[in-house]
Amino acid sequence: MSNSHSPHLHHHFHSLEQQRQASSLGMWVFIAQEIMFFGGLFCGYVVYRNMYPEAFAVASHQLSIGWGGFNTVVLIFSSLTVALAVRSAQLGKKNQIIGWLVATILLGVIFLGVKCIEYSAKWEHHLVPGIHFNYEPHYTDDALHESTGSEHGTDHHPAPAVYPGHVQIFFAFYFAMTGMHALHMIIGIGLMIWIIWLATKDRFAPEYYAPVELFGLYWHFVDVIWIFLFPLLYLIGRHVT
Amino acid sequence: MPDAASTFATQVDIYYYFLIAVTLFFTFAISAALIFLASKYRRRSQLDRPQEVHGNNMLEITWTIIPLILSLVMFFWGAHLYFIYAKSPSDAMEILVTGKQWMWKIQHPNGNREINELHVPLGQPIKLTMTSEDVIHSFFIPAFRIKTDVVPGRYTATWFTPTKTGKYHLFCAEYCGTKHSEMTGSVYVVHPADYETWLSGGGKKESPIDTGKRLFTELGCVTCHHPNSGARGPDLTDIFQHKQLLQNGKEILVDENYLRESILNPQKQIVLGYQPIMPTFKGIVSETQLMQMIAYIKAISQKPEIKDQESDISNLKIEDNQKLPLPLGEDKR
Amino acid sequence: MTEQKHYINAETTVKSWLLTVDHKRIAILYLLSVVGFFILGGTAAILFRLDLMTPQGDLLAHETYNKMFTMHGVMMVFFFLVPVVPAVLGNFLVPIMIGARDVAFPRLNLASWYIFITGGLFALAALVLGGVDTGWTFYTPYSSTYANSNVILTGLGVFVAGFASILTGVNFIVTIHKMRAPGMTWFRLPLFIWAQYATSIIMVLGTPVIAITLLLLVLERAFHIGIFDPALGGDPVLFQHLFWFYSHPAVYIMILPGFGIISELIACFSRKNVFGYSFVAFSSLAIAIIGFFVWGHHMFITSQSIYAGLIFSILSFIIAVPTAVKIFNWTATLYKGSVEFRTPMIYALGFIGLFLVGGLTGLFLSSMGLDVHLHDTYFVVAHFHYVMVGGMVMAFLGGLHFWWPKMFGRTYNQGCAVFTAIVIFIGFNLTFFPQFIVGYLGMPRRYHVYPEEFQIFHILSTGGASVLGFGYLLMFCYLPYSLIKGKKATANPWPATGLEWEQTTSPPPTLNFIHDPVVTEEAYAYAKKNEEFYRQAIPAESKDV
Repeated sequence: MSNSHSPHLHHHFHSLEQQRQASSLGMWVFIAQEIMFFGGLFCGYVVYRNMYPEAFAVASHQLSIGWGGFNTVVLIFSSLTVALAVRSAQLGKKNQIIGWLVATILLGVIFLGVKCIEYSAKWEHHLVPGIHFNYEPHYTDDALHESTGSEHGTDHHPAPAVYPGHVQIFFAFYFAMTGMHALHMIIGIGLMIWIIWLATKDRFAPEYYAPVELFGLYWHFVDVIWIFLFPLLYLIGRHVT
Repeated sequence: MPDAASTFATQVDIYYYFLIAVTLFFTFAISAALIFLASKYRRRSQLDRPQEVHGNNMLEITWTIIPLILSLVMFFWGAHLYFIYAKSPSDAMEILVTGKQWMWKIQHPNGNREINELHVPLGQPIKLTMTSEDVIHSFFIPAFRIKTDVVPGRYTATWFTPTKTGKYHLFCAEYCGTKHSEMTGSVYVVHPADYETWLSGGGKKESPIDTGKRLFTELGCVTCHHPNSGARGPDLTDIFQHKQLLQNGKEILVDENYLRESILNPQKQIVLGYQPIMPTFKGIVSETQLMQMIAYIKAISQKPEIKDQESDISNLKIEDNQKLPLPLGEDKR
Repeated sequence: MTEQKHYINAETTVKSWLLTVDHKRIAILYLLSVVGFFILGGTAAILFRLDLMTPQGDLLAHETYNKMFTMHGVMMVFFFLVPVVPAVLGNFLVPIMIGARDVAFPRLNLASWYIFITGGLFALAALVLGGVDTGWTFYTPYSSTYANSNVILTGLGVFVAGFASILTGVNFIVTIHKMRAPGMTWFRLPLFIWAQYATSIIMVLGTPVIAITLLLLVLERAFHIGIFDPALGGDPVLFQHLFWFYSHPAVYIMILPGFGIISELIACFSRKNVFGYSFVAFSSLAIAIIGFFVWGHHMFITSQSIYAGLIFSILSFIIAVPTAVKIFNWTATLYKGSVEFRTPMIYALGFIGLFLVGGLTGLFLSSMGLDVHLHDTYFVVAHFHYVMVGGMVMAFLGGLHFWWPKMFGRTYNQGCAVFTAIVIFIGFNLTFFPQFIVGYLGMPRRYHVYPEEFQIFHILSTGGASVLGFGYLLMFCYLPYSLIKGKKATANPWPATGLEWEQTTSPPPTLNFIHDPVVTEEAYAYAKKNEEFYRQAIPAESKDV
């Protein structure tokens, strides 16, 4: 192979092609691992949602669709910017790589900032699981007055009263899932800073840009997780009253 | 072989012998083959030239199919036993068991209570309804070959028909903390007459059903749950083991766990046509009281028509080789 | 001195070891660490076995006893059995056997060792700060609410160590896919590689689930979020499902690599190719895949639905079939072979015998009706020790003795080693066979005090354990001794086939091969080697054969 003396080739590979394939397969296997990791959480979420659908519906009303939707848009845009960064790497345009990655970092920071706002709101409303958790169950008055109410008796259904414990389970999953997701974003931002540093050192070339490409895969994966989290936590059950 | 003192124990033991036979057969056959081949083809010289044998598909298929068939036989037999274990006969006498770190609390139908001891009459199918006040325990009577986890927050059940008088071990089999190994006790299988005598011993008592009935009034359940139509809550007569249509469109069979949920989390599964107005009794009633209230609700329900052939005591093999001194209430710890 | 340069003497500073990216050196680092954890876990076992000599448990207090068996389980399962073959022998051999210069991601490999050590330090800290008493299974709600010991630290330790195992798995999968030498096709791979590949799949797909489960447990315990607490509406049994979703496949992490080793040993010491190569290879994959769908057999008596139980039970029976296929093929490999009773072969034959018992008794437990009685008794304890110790530890020791000359370039005393192997085999059976009997009699596991009628079995067991312990001690004498005084090993002392024996020195150089190998023949081409050897020898020694 003509490229066997490339400065980008690590000592234990025979060719750049082998090296590229290895690192790309490695990232895919790692992503499989990540899917199982979040899979455990999704599985637990589904089990409890099934057990306490009303409590989960009531609890998801406490989340702000506005902020969640805004964050979804932010993340989708960051997927675009990171894809553009990979594109620039393929073309060997160093300054563009840096530019698009900085944009991605900014979008990531905006996402995390919004997440902080949401988290602090939960904290203020005592919705963080733990000893401070305090959700007031509302036994609706109209339910007490309508002793013979049936499915069709009234066009306005009272929200079913739910137990704080069940609402707390929802928030436990909310914080575990979004927290793990946010942790992945923070790690991603750290990786981007490292890749920008590599780029400034001229480490990438059109025949070697694996770190940028693999990071792109990782970031898309983190976005996809959010694409699942957003409807599961914010949207499903909104229509249930 | 440990004592086999229940109908189930005998059935399990036969299966066990079968598995032992299979195990011994394969262990000896394969060990013999190994020893034979290893010695027959042991290396005699540096210049041995073993032949290349790549494999034989027929042989591979044979030794895939045979273990497969054998394991399917074992599976069906084992599953059959499990179905016996899982389904209690309808005429079983119900005894309530509560596990807590580190003791077993037991209450008999007439109200007699005991701790870490269980008296049962010979030949009578017994159903244990169990729950835990804290962690997961497991109710294990080796002589009866039964074991069932006792899980907080739900009811589990197990049953047996004792066939041999005597004193047997009762263990907690699921690790439950510091004194796990002291969460043990004894099961006394006695003649029905002796059991009656034992029941009549002890001081003033109230059967779980009566206690349940009393609680039903004291806690005010009766104010909503009464047979008049138009009551705020559903009538509870004749609901146990019957189907109920729920508000969310599902149909459920009323069992112990449903009744328990309905007392603790009444909003979770509401019967069609009623409002979610019942408050929770979580923290108000204890595990024991819950069981008593459920016993009462069960008592005011007619038995469903399903009959079980297990209830025929006449074909039971009853052994009575040990005349034990009658353990009465006074030997409670 | 013009000593040959190899990976051990290439550099000698401590720093060169701690910052190495050479997979062989990382394997040695792992070897030292897992041996350390093995000694800790073993010491705990000796202590509680001594204590169990009397029914009242006179030696230890209840709490101490509980902490000892927990430490034994945590150390042995998470810090010894899971990493022992993949991270030690696998790390050393996978690249060499497929003709690569290193694993695909050498730095990740080193990172995995540091992560493992960090996890281990957490677990050690938990121990030093008073121990943990939940059992290695951490069942809720005991572990989340009621236990008064260092559950959080231990849970974090296992959580962290899990990532070491994930990284090793990722590394092996990529290495085996992408780093094979020219000519090394999938069906020329040694069976050890197939087994490592199947194991890596489990490590990558199973470990994250236990990681998240333990994280939820830690959160539950720290913040009381209610996920596993029935008082708050949680489901304690969900923990068991998540836990066993990993921990049952983990059983196969702990045994599949052992299968791989045995295939190598049996072939080498019968001087024959493995009978039914592709059946042995694919049975590993079958076990890895079915292994993900049998976890529920740990919950037959835990109010699981009967129908779920039926599925789990039948799959547990079916997984026995590929396992049986392996055993039959190994036995058939001896047929028309030239069997040599060297130390590794003694371990391999011992493995087959013990694993056979371990596997068959597994059928007792996958059967729903019988598991009702046997669940959580000493029968279970005996069963999984036959699989884990009789299986995996025997296989590991066989492999260690087989590749020892390759790893360290020295040979050990064969007489000592054969004697030790026999002592270990006898000691093992003495320790664990009585536990089958006492288990069927009804002795529950994790019992500190027990009824007197079980004492005789416990005395036998403790006696056996001391023989077993003596066997391990012997090994700790002659193996280190061989490093100093042992004879220099030749490149292929047994002699065996495989790139690690035929294409490189003992010990190998830093980049494994002086010239990158090209593979032209099947694995286990012993017949061809024998023929060559015979032709060379005949003119000189025509007297034989």
